Amino acid sequence: MTRICSLTELAAAVPDGAKVAIPPFYASPAMAATRELLRRGARDLHLVCVPQSDIQADLLIGAGAVRTVETSAVTLGELGPAPRFTAAVRSGAVRLVDATCPAIHAGLAAAQKGVPFMPIRGILGSDLLAHRPDWKVIENPFAAGDAIVAVAAIRPDVALFHAALADREGNVFVGRSRELLNMAQASATSCVTVEEIADGDLLADPARSGAVVPAIYVGRVAVAHRGAAPHALAGVYDADGAFLARYAAAARSEAGFAAFLDEWLRAP
Amino acid sequence: MSGSCSPSELLIAVIARLLEGCRHVAVGSQSPIPGSAALLARELSRAGPDGGEREPMRVSVLGSRRNNFFTSGGVELFDLAAQGRIDAFFLGGGQIDGEANINLTGTGDWPGTRVRWPGAFGSAFLYFLVPRVILFREEHTRRVLVPKVDIVTAPGTSAEGVHRPGGPYALLTGLALFSFDKSRRRFRLESVHAGHTVEEVLDNTGFEFDRAQRVPETPPPEAGRLALIRGKVRDEIAEIYPRFAAALVTADRASPS
Repeated sequence: MTRICSLTELAAAVPDGAKVAIPPFYASPAMAATRELLRRGARDLHLVCVPQSDIQADLLIGAGAVRTVETSAVTLGELGPAPRFTAAVRSGAVRLVDATCPAIHAGLAAAQKGVPFMPIRGILGSDLLAHRPDWKVIENPFAAGDAIVAVAAIRPDVALFHAALADREGNVFVGRSRELLNMAQASATSCVTVEEIADGDLLADPARSGAVVPAIYVGRVAVAHRGAAPHALAGVYDADGAFLARYAAAARSEAGFAAFLDEWLRAP
Repeated sequence: MSGSCSPSELLIAVIARLLEGCRHVAVGSQSPIPGSAALLARELSRAGPDGGEREPMRVSVLGSRRNNFFTSGGVELFDLAAQGRIDAFFLGGGQIDGEANINLTGTGDWPGTRVRWPGAFGSAFLYFLVPRVILFREEHTRRVLVPKVDIVTAPGTSAEGVHRPGGPYALLTGLALFSFDKSRRRFRLESVHAGHTVEEVLDNTGFEFDRAQRVPETPPPEAGRLALIRGKVRDEIAEIYPRFAAALVTADRASPS
């Protein structure tokens, strides 16, 4: 059963060392929960970026909370490279598991279906292959000579994301971002922050029910007002461009990052 | 003929020409020029050869609410590509070599010990599956256009027998337009942009390429297209790239006073 809890309790439910799936900027990352994770001093996380990340992964990496980052890319978009990610990869401070976006989706799809791997086109001849012992080239069993890449299932311990709305049962409305449903189904459980908790049953509303992550996949729900900020929550609020620009500038140096982080963690 | 156009407007017009005949063009993130070009190509596709209306090209822009029908984010983009439902896409790279191998990973040893870039994104997949992949990189230098990429994030060509309906179609930079010959694994210089020369292209390209004895100048956008770029396209692209749109001249201001 889903537990409705405080943000602090939700962050505590993501243990050190957990394999945590996080969405990209356009699918409302749980930024308030990320701050709470850092406040409690989370360590040794294995981030699975689905399929890429931005300031969220950069903050977690810069703060020393990450041991492994599995991703197709980490970038601050128009604001340039993700400086703490880049520095940590070059120094070896994090273990990088380099992927390509659809391979992460394929690995999650395998977990979702309870099968050990998912075949996927492309990738053959990419240097990525040599660095992924969990990706194998197999022969299509239905067509001799047709090589195809098999990607091992990715089974995160926790999917962590933000959404507009949940009901008291723990059903979560994700709107058009249904990749969050795939992410939740592939993960052992989900920790979800929402803008508000509504009375009534989201699944009983035909206009919404198709865009719901059902409670069976959701372990914890906590209310976090503007919980995706500085990222946008589609249809609710826009990205905080000034905050993102300030971060991009500060995080270029280790000292600048440390000062920014300190201020962010102290803010109410 | 048209009046003068900015470098961005020229690139938008060139890409729009490369997209002619496509039914569905997808545009990834951080791509204001390709995004604008796809929107221009869609406007141009509305008029059929007989002058009548026809079904316009579909354009899907990742990160857009208005120009994007996806209900599963990137998952749907990749599934569409794998099914052959996307005709054109755009890729770039920190390094691009003469065989169209692209490097989005970094330089030095794996995984980018000298310089590390954001990562592969969907390139190692989409490069195989989308028929017209347009390589787009404004910077035209020997730093970018190298003899051999340090890391092959996605290969330009594949061995016989590899399932590969897609691949490189053209390479567009701030200096020139190249086409790619898959069988010869070589680029061919098609045109050089106004204000630049073949010598400049040779000086700044780290790989060998084919070219005709006389290489034409890249044609500028016709007046009607330029007006579309400064009007409808500019307004549409502002949804995702407000800063980029603000930098494009508006049709009003561009018209002769």
